[in-house]
Amino acid sequence: MAQISEPIQTTRDSRGWWARNQMRAAPWLFLAPGIVFFAVYVVLPIFQSFHISFYRWDGLGEATPVGLDNYRQLLDDRAFYVSLRNNLTWLLLYLLAIPAGLMIALFLNQQIRGMRLYKSLFFFPFVISQVVVGLVFVWFYNPAIGLWNPLIGLFGFAPMNILGNPQTVTYGIIAAGLWPQIAYCMILYLTGLNAVDPEQVEAARLDGAKGLKMLWYVILPQLRPATFIAVVVTVIGALRSFDMVSVMTRGGPFGSSRVLAYYMFEVSLSEYGFRMGYGAAIAVVLFLIMLVYIAFFLWRMWREEREA
Amino acid sequence: MFPTPVERQSAAVQATYKALVPLALILWLLPLLMVALFSVKPDGDFAAGNLWGMPSRFAGFENYTRVFTDSAMPRYLMNSVFITIPTVIGAIALSCMTGFALAVYRFKGNIWLFFMFVAGNFVPFQILMVPVRDLTINLGLYDTRLGLVLFHIAFQTGFCTLFMRNFIKALPRELIEAARVEGVSEIRIFWYVVLPLMRPAIAALSVLIFTFIWNDYFWAVVLTQGVESQPVTAGITAFNSQFRAAYHMMSAGSIIAALPPVMMFFLMQKHFIAGLTLGAVK
Repeated sequence: MAQISEPIQTTRDSRGWWARNQMRAAPWLFLAPGIVFFAVYVVLPIFQSFHISFYRWDGLGEATPVGLDNYRQLLDDRAFYVSLRNNLTWLLLYLLAIPAGLMIALFLNQQIRGMRLYKSLFFFPFVISQVVVGLVFVWFYNPAIGLWNPLIGLFGFAPMNILGNPQTVTYGIIAAGLWPQIAYCMILYLTGLNAVDPEQVEAARLDGAKGLKMLWYVILPQLRPATFIAVVVTVIGALRSFDMVSVMTRGGPFGSSRVLAYYMFEVSLSEYGFRMGYGAAIAVVLFLIMLVYIAFFLWRMWREEREA
Repeated sequence: MFPTPVERQSAAVQATYKALVPLALILWLLPLLMVALFSVKPDGDFAAGNLWGMPSRFAGFENYTRVFTDSAMPRYLMNSVFITIPTVIGAIALSCMTGFALAVYRFKGNIWLFFMFVAGNFVPFQILMVPVRDLTINLGLYDTRLGLVLFHIAFQTGFCTLFMRNFIKALPRELIEAARVEGVSEIRIFWYVVLPLMRPAIAALSVLIFTFIWNDYFWAVVLTQGVESQPVTAGITAFNSQFRAAYHMMSAGSIIAALPPVMMFFLMQKHFIAGLTLGAVK
């Protein structure tokens, strides 16, 4: 090897710097624009937010360093706890999208005429912007014009003002958010079901497995990649619940439907004044919660990469 | 197939199933159907208490026309187009290159750079909000479409890099090795060998990113303010205050605002779902 690589080296030398070094330079050349953009707009701002959270700052004037004051203030802030609790509710209830999506996928995994169109129409709420989904549900719940009250009236329930009641408002928004999320999980599972090994299913059927038993022992293990993605996107969706809250209630009534993502925005950029430092502290808390999931996801990816 | 195909069941089960599917669909889309119905009703129906019945006359045409003639909606829609399209092009261009570099070359830190892109993609927007807004103001790009586009390109590059890198990694490596043996330069390998093979990935990502960006609301309210630059997701709020309590107009406006990604989805369904379900199957 050494003997033949020597002369090649010399001929390459005469071809200039690029020809000699392109294998080493090329990756960085291709990466440079992406890294620059990503560093400036995503990576650095994370650190800057941590930094800002130690200051009191209105976004325009001079920033005053206040140490951990913002975090100390958070501990006494009732609105912060309300948001945190609502985030938890979001997270737990949002996970219902996964079994619900699976159920719809199982229901639709048939080959009757027009099924393709049915599947697309079931999926359709996911394609609509969350803003419009929010508006649609605001009108749907509206006691004066919405179909919700007549609908539950059919089952003997008294009319209710879901978004006007601090007890029910968060559940109302979550239900609206679940709508597109269930559609997303459904499509993940439909794709997964498509790839389920038919021979295994037939073999299990010959062994007398059917119904729930078949689902649990034969189908679900094969759907694991779909379930994993469904969990990841659902958790992230739950923690990103800004749009719905903003459009449907603006955190109301009386701040009872705030979530961290919305409260942070409210504190930093709304009529209550520009408290960037305090907002950044809330964002840091939200970020740390999310970091648990990011770490889990990366760990899993890293394991897969090593196997590959 | 699981569950058992209905064709193997009795005729009664088959008939029940065929009736149940459209019924379930109607229930599933009920909130949306209500809004669609509102949007074709004349104003008078709401005052007369005819909410969910048949419209007294079909007013869809005039309602939807009014959305375009009596409001700033066309402007918002144009803004959305001029924010979304450049973002799609920019993010795809950047991530074709980053994805190629991370998939093809072995170098120190490769996996860490890849993880940086992946992790950044999951970050909550709020942790970026204050610094990004500040940066945009300092660049003189606050309340401009360009300001939004630059941020969106940067952020979407994370997801797109994940997607592109995994796609290129699955391509046969021999193609690249063969080209190298022939003495083809790395840049030409990217352009003439790999890029043509990436067409399906580019198509899938384009529709996905189009939808994500068109539907973005958070950054629209953080980085823009007025009719000059706001996309339709943010503009719909102004639209709704203009037509306060005019439910037929608000409904028509919302449907218009939601329509472009919906059309994109139905036109490019195969690519859209391929992109969305990447990794759902081993």
